[in-house]
Amino acid sequence: MEMGWRWDFTYEILPQMAIATLNTILAAGVGYAIALIVGLFFLLAQRTPSKIFNWVNREIVEFIRSTPLLIQLFFVYFVLPQFGITLSAWVCGMITIGLHFGTYMSEVYRGALEGVSKTQWEACRALNFSTIYTYRRIVLPQAFPIAIPGMGNYLVGIFKDTPLLSTIGVAELFHAATAVGGYNYRYLEPYTLVGIIFLTLSIPAAMWIRKLERDVNISQGKIKK
Amino acid sequence: MTYFEFLNEHGITLLLGTVTTVKVLVCSMILYVIISMIFGLMRLSKNPLIQGTATVYIEFFRGTSLLVQLFWAYYVLPFFGISLEAFTAGVVALGLNFGAYGAEIVRAGILAVPKGQWEAAHSLNFTPAKRIKRIIIPQIFPIILPPAANLTVELLKATALVALVTVVDLTFEAKQINSITWLSAQCFGTALLIYYIMARFALVPFLRWLEVLAARKVGKEKA
Repeated sequence: MEMGWRWDFTYEILPQMAIATLNTILAAGVGYAIALIVGLFFLLAQRTPSKIFNWVNREIVEFIRSTPLLIQLFFVYFVLPQFGITLSAWVCGMITIGLHFGTYMSEVYRGALEGVSKTQWEACRALNFSTIYTYRRIVLPQAFPIAIPGMGNYLVGIFKDTPLLSTIGVAELFHAATAVGGYNYRYLEPYTLVGIIFLTLSIPAAMWIRKLERDVNISQGKIKK
Repeated sequence: MTYFEFLNEHGITLLLGTVTTVKVLVCSMILYVIISMIFGLMRLSKNPLIQGTATVYIEFFRGTSLLVQLFWAYYVLPFFGISLEAFTAGVVALGLNFGAYGAEIVRAGILAVPKGQWEAAHSLNFTPAKRIKRIIIPQIFPIILPPAANLTVELLKATALVALVTVVDLTFEAKQINSITWLSAQCFGTALLIYYIMARFALVPFLRWLEVLAARKVGKEKA
């Protein structure tokens, strides 16, 4: 077997990898969207007055957060069919990622809401604003900039965790690399390409998030240009 | 088959896997703490070469997926004549990946030490090495331990990935039992529970204890 980097092989597999990259981006995007919504539900569950309900919710969040995503994927993928629910690998993967990162997202939301000073609430109460108006016009606009770094980090985090989906057979980038590598018995180029593709996508994403953070802070008048 | 029969038959196998998981965790924890210290300090160096090396390292390992790094270490390194055992490859990949995240925590911790401490050490004519070792480093622990604790729980979760490069850990055993018995709920459920118990009742209390210890050491009592 030929050692060293082979450019002809690289060019040969490039189109396949490019298509698989689109799948990875799709998986990350859908997973992120679900996580954003699931996070809201966990947040709402935290803020209900019922003590028992809060406790149960907290334990569920704690459980999901302290167990590996990989086994959660296996659990959803292999266990649901036992109860007669057969879902495709894609759906299982999206549900699991959404749930797993939804718990993280709820913490981001909570931190952001708590980051808004209590006196803001008191001022709104004094001005006789309704709760909805207070949230919409006073609290949320101030909470949003606080939430941006966390939300951005988890977008990149989900993107970097999508290779796990390959273990249940979702045809994303890493899956394609393993398939190509196994077929040709050359893992050097496929896996290196995966690494390069991840770098070229996640570093600009991280930079964009940092810029967004700055822009929002400027528009809020927190820092000057 | 009841759950107790399942535990009776496969419990030992899962426990043996858990022992391997703990080994992977401890080894990669030691490695990542050392790497974070070194690169966290390098990141603050005034020498552009040293600082650049650290930045490239951190951006590289934080920018790519852990799974990719793991497979790279295990399947690609042999192309360059470096064949690592699965266990070693797993520990090295985990250590390097988490070391990059840890280095950023260390950097932030050092920057958070009040400037007066640097100035005081300077005015007392401490050598730069002594300044870092005796004045700054002891003070960063109470600052960096809470985020480092989060990172370490993430590390425990990430050790599950080494099963994919054939390290026979808890995840590997759970998968194996699943493929033999098809009792998915039992074996993956048990594995999830074991990870949960390890994180919640062993690792987290240990890290909290470290936090209290570090706070006491610099004279800040922590409730």
